[in-house]
Amino acid sequence: MEKRYETVIGLEVHVELATKTKIFCGCPAAFGGAPNSHTCPVCTGMPGTLPVLNKKVLEYAVAVGLAANCKIAEYCKFDRKNYFYPDNPQNYQISQLYLPICTDGGVEIETETGKKTIGIHEIHMEEDAGKLIHDEWEDCSLVDYNRSGVPLLEIVSQPDMRSAEEVIAYLEKLRMMIQYLGASDCKLQEGSMRADVNLSVREEGSEGYGTRTEMKNLNSFRAIARAIEAERERQIELLEAGGLVVQETRRWDDGKGESYAMRSKEDAKDYRYFPDPDLPPIVIGKAWLEEMKKAQPEFRPEKIKRYRKEYDIPDYDIEIITASKRMADLFEETVEQCGQPKKVSNWLMGETLRLLKEKGMEPEDIRFSPENLAKLIKMADEKKINSSVAKEVFEAIFDRDEDPEKYVEEKGLKTVNDEGALRKTVEKVIAENPKSVDDYCKGKEKAIGFLVGQTMKEMKGKADPGEINRLLRELLDGIKEQ
Amino acid sequence: MELLEWTALELSEKIKAGEIKAKDAALAALERIEAGEKRYHCYITVDAEGALRRAEEVQRRIDAGELSGPLAGVPVAVKDNICTEGLLTTCASRMLGNFIPAYSAEAVKRLEEAGAVVLGKTNMDEFAMGSTTETSAYGGTRNPWNIGRVPGGSSGGSAAAVAAGECFLALGSDTGGSIRQPSAFCGVVGIKPTYGTVSRYGLVAYGSSLDQIGPMGRNVSDCAAMLEAIASYDKKDSTSVDRKDTDFRAALVDDAKGIRIGIPKDYMGDGLDREVREAVVKAAQVLAGKGALVEEFDLGLAEYAIPAYYTIASAEASSNLERFDGVKYGYRAAEYEGLHSMYKKSRSEGFGSEVKRRIMLGSFVLSSGYYDAYYLKALKVKALIKRAFDAAFVKYDLILGPTAPTAAPALGESLADPLQMYLGDIYTVSANLAGLPGISLPCGKNSEGLPIGLQLMGDCFQEKKMIRAAYAYEKARGSFGRPKLSADTEVGDGSFGCGIDAKPEGGKKSGKTI
Repeated sequence: MEKRYETVIGLEVHVELATKTKIFCGCPAAFGGAPNSHTCPVCTGMPGTLPVLNKKVLEYAVAVGLAANCKIAEYCKFDRKNYFYPDNPQNYQISQLYLPICTDGGVEIETETGKKTIGIHEIHMEEDAGKLIHDEWEDCSLVDYNRSGVPLLEIVSQPDMRSAEEVIAYLEKLRMMIQYLGASDCKLQEGSMRADVNLSVREEGSEGYGTRTEMKNLNSFRAIARAIEAERERQIELLEAGGLVVQETRRWDDGKGESYAMRSKEDAKDYRYFPDPDLPPIVIGKAWLEEMKKAQPEFRPEKIKRYRKEYDIPDYDIEIITASKRMADLFEETVEQCGQPKKVSNWLMGETLRLLKEKGMEPEDIRFSPENLAKLIKMADEKKINSSVAKEVFEAIFDRDEDPEKYVEEKGLKTVNDEGALRKTVEKVIAENPKSVDDYCKGKEKAIGFLVGQTMKEMKGKADPGEINRLLRELLDGIKEQ
Repeated sequence: MELLEWTALELSEKIKAGEIKAKDAALAALERIEAGEKRYHCYITVDAEGALRRAEEVQRRIDAGELSGPLAGVPVAVKDNICTEGLLTTCASRMLGNFIPAYSAEAVKRLEEAGAVVLGKTNMDEFAMGSTTETSAYGGTRNPWNIGRVPGGSSGGSAAAVAAGECFLALGSDTGGSIRQPSAFCGVVGIKPTYGTVSRYGLVAYGSSLDQIGPMGRNVSDCAAMLEAIASYDKKDSTSVDRKDTDFRAALVDDAKGIRIGIPKDYMGDGLDREVREAVVKAAQVLAGKGALVEEFDLGLAEYAIPAYYTIASAEASSNLERFDGVKYGYRAAEYEGLHSMYKKSRSEGFGSEVKRRIMLGSFVLSSGYYDAYYLKALKVKALIKRAFDAAFVKYDLILGPTAPTAAPALGESLADPLQMYLGDIYTVSANLAGLPGISLPCGKNSEGLPIGLQLMGDCFQEKKMIRAAYAYEKARGSFGRPKLSADTEVGDGSFGCGIDAKPEGGKKSGKTI
């Protein structure tokens, strides 16, 4: 009988924390900037400099640990991981090996096959390295230390996943959780979330684990799914052919849809880990931990429950709005200011999602303020602008967070509420379109649509269509009776 | 020159009283340097121009009434492993022969705020690894009491500069005795403060968990004043301690009554030179005569201190020195092929043999399979040693003993047998392992006229008790005297060339190299 194989997968996920400053110095942690502009003697490894832990990093690590149901260590330490590479100015990375901050947690995922808990072995804090740029033209390498010292969390799962679907569900769960905490924007493409996949195969039903490989350079969920499929196939083929899987690190080439070996266990480095003597152990007090627990935000499942109670909007809307912390915050803050949850939801579900898709953005990229959306909704309610103008104004809000009142004022888009002026225009349209007037009088209801459109055109879009309709009918019915 | 015979505190008083100018003090010290350096080689870099400029600025602050502290206008020297902005900082290594820091160490900043005038950077063992100052890439320093002898190390340049009058006070660093042992050999006073008292920010790390910056001077009072100036809580150093009791001059009281002093039997037994033992016993008697309660006791574990120290210090050093790779600053080999070759050649050529020995030792004790047996075990020994001292300090206020087993050895004698050299640190390394404060002060001379050092150690944060006893002893001892300037008497004798064949290449860019 043909052998049946099971895939065993564990993940190492790196998340760049959204702190203002780096983990061990006061330099900005923000992405970008001219090369080496976000640096100081500490993050460039100048002789005599010392690291000082950014407390915010510790807070985020504990918050993520609590959200992932981990034990939070009362006593934890930083260790040095020693290896020579120019992107690492000290030639050691400050990380945590012996006593990490969080251990033994787990998160629940849901896939088509049901619910399942993925164990989390540990979460630890560490610093990111700089970036090497190889200049082929000048035949030299340059180093940019802007990223050196940007704080990272490494989340190490148990080998609990069995399929690409479970891996994606786990990653989405982590991402949602971390975004809800505001600890990171978790963008795979930009590298603020990176996942290395440890994968092995074994015969179904067997207890032991096969030899695993580690896959790197996975920059999208799609790449992760493809790499898992390809690596599973590769290992099974090897075994079927009577060969052995070699424990090694492999690099995924998404263009080619295949991976190649980077280094094997034989030339694995000895990192000579030891406790960093520059950083005293961290002692986490019970009181502080309690405060952290109290300060944990409401996560998605609770939020969904609350929305059902508090807001009169469809379940479908709730699902979509709560899928992103940014979206949910916008929703709540806007409703706070203008009420009308259904109308707010409509703007988010409709125009916002449309524009996000059109511009290739994610909800986390939304930059406009709830104030301006609330103002827009109020203006539309008060009929200061009509719905097509509202859409135009919304684009300005979406793109540049424009104040809708100012925008409408400056562009002269305000609905003309002067009944006299509107009546004159309607009279003019009636006079200029005897054919349509005649049609209407003969009972062709549709003809009024054309007249409304003509009036709107005359008013340059700045009229309330309901008002036009009412006036047209009033005047036309007068004509009819004559 | 009379001025050079004053203590730092006396000098500062006269400057503040307007009797002399800060610039005159700096000039006098620079003249003495000019005369003495040909024979002693205490400095790697002398920054004459900068020193005079700083002296004038200090004078302006004094005249404006902004400076009234005890170090105002005092010319000082800084060990070359402590960063000074814009001034070459080599760690006595070829590796940093061109390194000009972009910032000053916190201790240097504090000194300058207090009005001290930095003259230059003193010689040392390369990266503070050594006990003789002979591992310096820029040639050794001579002991001003006898230029055939080493000044001790690693802060040998600072100790010799103080002894030779080439500065009034100097900063040293002490990882296993590097302030106290050269102080003993050169007949000056040196204090290694409690770990965490002086910020390590800007001190090029050797053994981070053991390193402390401290003062070296002509007497206890000068050192207490300097320590007071540099002790500070510094947010940039996570191991810095926020202490409120750093008014060390308050402990300058001539009274040893009731101070309980223990002498570890281990410290007075085998391996201790007879003349050193006699001088130390005599010093203990002097303190007893002033009302101290002195007795011998068993401290235990002394034999484990050296191996634990060299394991921990080397392990930390192997990691701390990884940043010297030729990529960002410092020495890079002229020719190499690819990254690996650049690392290998730059480090092979940039580091001296004692540094390489400790990097190899440290890398070995941290490698997988050996970590538990060596590094972890050494940490356990360290904890046990701390516990033994904790028990001792229940019974005693201070622990007294020799600073080093012998007086200064002859040049060239120590490096031939590194293990023997390491054993010379037997009485000093424990204070570093346990984080304790220690002071070395002169307590006599041997038959060859070489100074002998007395060491007092206190419990953590008990510098004041230590300073009080040292001060009381110093008062009873009387003036220790200064070495006769051999330059005055032996000018022209070229047989003592200092072997200063190599000079830091960056010396031309900043400051004058002698």
